[in-house]
Amino acid sequence: MTVSTVHPSAAAMFRTAEGLGLWPYRGQVAAVGIGHSPTMRRWDGRPETSIGAWSIMAIRNAIDDAGVPPDQVDGLALVAPTSSASPWPADAPVPDGFLAMFAAGSHPLDGVARLSPEWLLKNMPELTNVKFVLIAPQCMSMALAAAIEAVGRGLTSTCVVVRSWHNFAGRYRHGGENAEPTVSGPAKHYNLWTGPGGLYRTAMQFQRYLHKYGKTKDMMAPFVVNSRRNGLLFPEGYWAQHRPTPLTTEDYLSSRWIAEPANLLDNDLPIHAAGAYLVTTAERAKDMRQKPVYVLGHAGAGVVNGTKYSGLKWRGVIETLEEAEDFAAATARKVYESAGVTAADIQFENCYDGFSLFHVFHIEGFGFAGIKRGEALDLFQTDISIEGPNPVSPSGGNIGSGRTRFWMFTDSIQQIQGRAGARQMAIDVQVGLSGGFLPFWSNFIVWSKTGQ
Amino acid sequence: MPKQSPVPDKLDQAFYAAANEERLVIQHCAGCNRYQYPPEPACYECDSSDQLSWRQVEGHGTIYSYAVVYDTPVASLQPDEPFNVAVINLDECPGITMLSHLPGTPSGKVPIGAPVRVVFEVTPATGQKVPEWQIADTDSCR
Repeated sequence: MTVSTVHPSAAAMFRTAEGLGLWPYRGQVAAVGIGHSPTMRRWDGRPETSIGAWSIMAIRNAIDDAGVPPDQVDGLALVAPTSSASPWPADAPVPDGFLAMFAAGSHPLDGVARLSPEWLLKNMPELTNVKFVLIAPQCMSMALAAAIEAVGRGLTSTCVVVRSWHNFAGRYRHGGENAEPTVSGPAKHYNLWTGPGGLYRTAMQFQRYLHKYGKTKDMMAPFVVNSRRNGLLFPEGYWAQHRPTPLTTEDYLSSRWIAEPANLLDNDLPIHAAGAYLVTTAERAKDMRQKPVYVLGHAGAGVVNGTKYSGLKWRGVIETLEEAEDFAAATARKVYESAGVTAADIQFENCYDGFSLFHVFHIEGFGFAGIKRGEALDLFQTDISIEGPNPVSPSGGNIGSGRTRFWMFTDSIQQIQGRAGARQMAIDVQVGLSGGFLPFWSNFIVWSKTGQ
Repeated sequence: MPKQSPVPDKLDQAFYAAANEERLVIQHCAGCNRYQYPPEPACYECDSSDQLSWRQVEGHGTIYSYAVVYDTPVASLQPDEPFNVAVINLDECPGITMLSHLPGTPSGKVPIGAPVRVVFEVTPATGQKVPEWQIADTDSCR
């Protein structure tokens, strides 16, 4: 067994500064393999469906998909937390069946409510040659961008990237401090009025957007309906697997409010699932089972300070619409500069949509399909389907397939490989964009069929 | 409307002590001539705490945006659903925003751009007062 070097910070991998120019490894790194677990709404308590088991399954599927012997994998990138807000119940024992099935990690909840490289490598004995381990924050967008950069720099040549999401019983953020009569910590300046979570902030941003540009909430309906449609064509996704019911405009407009102008269907559904990718050098990719999808560039928003990588700071108690717009526009400049492309080259976009409403800010920042600020909702009234000239969120995103923040990468890779099945777009796919999560903190990747 | 009582800490105790005296104070960096809220250990611009102080402001603002909350995980807010939560631009502190339930404004009837003035509301658990904002009578408050 090779001894792995674990890099606990991925901060050095992110391209967040302005003016970095063309990505030096443009066209030299490719994604090849894709691996998914099944999905379920919540963990059923069986060891074989634990988030650890499904993470292993997703990694093995990605390696198998690429047609690579496991001992050729020399890198592993992961996000350690496996949820955004579904804690393991305090003092609840880890099920005996789980403990019997898996070698223990250093943390008692490894494989149940978090991942560690130690736990994964102990339970994946076939990964005998992993020398480089990278722990990224938050999202697949960060883990994947970091892994791509690491391959470009030669720190690893064949790297698997995994991001997993558990979901246990109970509603996000109900109970605990939110059930108490007092509140502490810095969040009190926000939570006191709304409760925790980004939805309230997004709803207030979007209300300002409607006011500023003279638009109406119902103009979001084509986006959400289209996202469900695309999600139902995504066999790996939750809605396709468990609730294959199309959504109508009337369903969307009659959905109950959570924080008006955000209704229930503007929110993604928390699920239990794992996803993984195999990225490698363009040279090695040529011999693998699937067609390489080349990376032209990557960049994002955030602040890198030594080993710390955090989101951009906003001035007041929420990120204002104008701040979100400026952050998104700056990200687009950096991404296009990195990839050596312009907005006109981007044929499809898979920007993150965990709340549907902020998808608008991303695609306006990127100028997708020629739109400017205030025009995304007008674009949604045109043909944004996979059959049309400007496919919007062909993955269906989190809205169409459940809360994972990785569907957009699977879809982008599959579309360019020509194996998106019923979701395959009508256009001759050459270049697309995917990434997330929010304007103030993001990583986006430009994908290409040719690497040119 | 009743809300959780914030527990002051070292970083914001001056803010909450002033609120109990019905004064609104905002952290200010003299070196950068820049306000910031929520409070931070250092100025976000120059990363120094040397010239940070608390400045009292009169408490005039403008409604920037709002949402109507129908579903919150905070138990103490749930009896009042649906309720307004508005973003207030502080007129005296460019770029600084605070949140408000807009006491006196019916749910969903929020006029973006309207002037507001600060008031102080007692939170039930500890009696700690917090700033709130009401739509202003423009003749009396400007």
